Amino acid sequence: MAAEIGNTDAGVPFEVAAPATHPLRPLQAGQVIDGFRLERHLHQGGMAHLWQVSTVEADSANGMPPGSDNLMPLIMKVPRILGGEDPTSIVGFEVEQMILPKLSGIHVPRFVAKGDITRQPYIVMERIAGDSLRSRFDAAPLPIAEVVSIGTRVATALHDLHRQHLVHLDVKPSNIMFRESGEAVLVDFGLSRHDHLPDLLDEEFELPMGTAPYMSPEQVQFVRNDPRSDLFALGVMLYHLTTGERPFGSPDSVRGLRERLYRDPLPPRTLRIDCPPWLQEIILQALEPLPDKRQQTGAQLAFELQNPDQVPLTERATRRSRSGTMKVLGRWFSAMGAEPTARVDATNQLARSPILLVAVDVANAERELLDTLRLTVERLLQTEPGARLACLAVMKINRIGMDELMERDGSSKHVNLLVQLKHWARPLVQSLKLPTDAQAGRVTFHVLEAPDTATAIIDYARKNQVDHIVMGARSSGVLRRYLGSVSTQVVSQADCSVTVVRAPAPER
Amino acid sequence: MKLALVTDLHANREAVEAVLAHAQSQGAEQHAFLGDFVGYGADPGWVVDCVREHVSRGAFAVKGNHDAAAVMGPQPTMVNDAREVVAWTHEQLQPDQLDFLASLPFTAIDDTRLFVHANAFAPPEWGYIHARSDAVQSMQATACRITFCGHVHEPRLYHLATTGKVGEFAPVPDVVIPLSPQRQWLVIPGSTGQPRDNNPAACYAMFDTQSAELTFHRIPYDHDTAAAKVRAAGLPERLAQRLQDGG
Repeated sequence: MAAEIGNTDAGVPFEVAAPATHPLRPLQAGQVIDGFRLERHLHQGGMAHLWQVSTVEADSANGMPPGSDNLMPLIMKVPRILGGEDPTSIVGFEVEQMILPKLSGIHVPRFVAKGDITRQPYIVMERIAGDSLRSRFDAAPLPIAEVVSIGTRVATALHDLHRQHLVHLDVKPSNIMFRESGEAVLVDFGLSRHDHLPDLLDEEFELPMGTAPYMSPEQVQFVRNDPRSDLFALGVMLYHLTTGERPFGSPDSVRGLRERLYRDPLPPRTLRIDCPPWLQEIILQALEPLPDKRQQTGAQLAFELQNPDQVPLTERATRRSRSGTMKVLGRWFSAMGAEPTARVDATNQLARSPILLVAVDVANAERELLDTLRLTVERLLQTEPGARLACLAVMKINRIGMDELMERDGSSKHVNLLVQLKHWARPLVQSLKLPTDAQAGRVTFHVLEAPDTATAIIDYARKNQVDHIVMGARSSGVLRRYLGSVSTQVVSQADCSVTVVRAPAPER
Repeated sequence: MKLALVTDLHANREAVEAVLAHAQSQGAEQHAFLGDFVGYGADPGWVVDCVREHVSRGAFAVKGNHDAAAVMGPQPTMVNDAREVVAWTHEQLQPDQLDFLASLPFTAIDDTRLFVHANAFAPPEWGYIHARSDAVQSMQATACRITFCGHVHEPRLYHLATTGKVGEFAPVPDVVIPLSPQRQWLVIPGSTGQPRDNNPAACYAMFDTQSAELTFHRIPYDHDTAAAKVRAAGLPERLAQRLQDGG
């Protein structure tokens, strides 16, 4: 068969050395590459140049999106060195060219085009306006509310990437941007690992890959597929934003990096007295050397940051000093020859740690329905040992004006609902032996006050990245015909799976 | 151009039909058959005719060890099962079909792509690519950027960087993988006619020569019928069973 068109190296035997041995001509403003005009040089990083670019004309042959997208501000990322002394830059660029087109959604810059790595390598993507999170680190320690807000948004973004089978592996302030609407955006996927794509960095380097202050213990041990590594990095950032200090400093040797396998950081409260115990708990849990002891997903971390009163407080919350010498020595000894064991990838780790939400109309539902609902939840939890259960009741309030919150007998409706909700869950907790106390927090209870029950459930599930909602169907009746059904609205509008439970109906 | 890569067909008509139909639905314009068209299965004649017909329309085809054995007929050095299957297969094939198998080359090259049954370092010796070191040996033996081979029945993707570092990947079906021009690749699509990774669905891969994107596929087919035909032909029961459990 004749040589084909399209392959840029058509007819040439395998020779990657050719483009790598001579440096590329320096790029100039005004230059046009594949339909993109270089407007302004924005930044020169260690690995790449960033140019603000515009499209010369919408041309589908250049991989340009349809015309409407041309309004999107664009940047072109061009690797700084080709095949020079540092192979990281070009392999990292190869990785990013492979991975970025696979990602979508609000938490990544939108991919537009890429240039052949043997000719003129580049990636054109959406430009996220504003500074990276790096600028806020100079101001640390930050107000607790800002730490929580940043942490929640980054954890939410990480969960979204993990859902897309990606582990970022270089989560740090300079790789995090924020959209004007507030969502965190992760950039730079040069060290990332996608479960469904070959790992081009596999075996590539003899040294651990990542950024020293943020690298998880398992990354130090060359594990590149555990999404909980990203949660460790977020833990480092939360620690730094809270205290103004780095938990493990900035080591410049592998030996220094390995210290985090056995030495725990100073508890944040020793550096900042107004750090709440629950925040110390969250941060120190994220920094646990063993991934199994950390929060298991970004969604769980975001959930805890948004529900401080539901954070199970352990010894971590009140810790006032580092572990003693003997304990550190013990950990050092076990870390010495230890190979990281459980290898989980992003896909499996998320699948085994779902958040289940059960919406219980404790005040109004029939007993039969409440029992069936409990049984359904019990079955789901039995099959998902890593699942967390959030029990939710909604207290309807009027849209206009304030309800009389306190009932005549003096007990708050809110507290009353919470009591009923816990009472509903008790048989479930007992039969599954679920710890509800400080140690595990596998079950949490929430009473929301909202004018519209369905909207409250949907918003709550979205905000907390719930994987599965279980709720009861309203029994048929006049009221339902007039008001419509809460479950119907939730089924049609929720982002996740919804199971609607119905009590067995008597034969008519 | 979309190139369908089909290997280790092993006289399994049902699997080959399903794979080719899927490839057609995906817009395949060219085919490469990477050897072992016969052996194990009950339809050697049909499969040989099918490959020969594609070759007459421009497809690539290379010789596999089972094809060579079918031409030679049973040899005293073969183990019992193999000798029995080779003898049976040899009898089933017409002289022109045997001639076609005998005429197959060990390798074929298309642009920067090498097609070979077992490996690039010694194609007629049929050494397997079981590990990264075998893959490196094969990639270093060719100037081609991408090697497509079979012989090993489990799908795999190896890559070799200019720094000499090698990577191995167990592909996920239906995921489009861009093959960077910055390194060499060795693609094992996996067996169409006798999968062995505990999944009875037939394997093949599709490569887009323009975008350099590779996609592995798994195609469920009527393996019960294929197994029943193996039993009806009086071939060893084990060969029927492994079509049903993919073992």
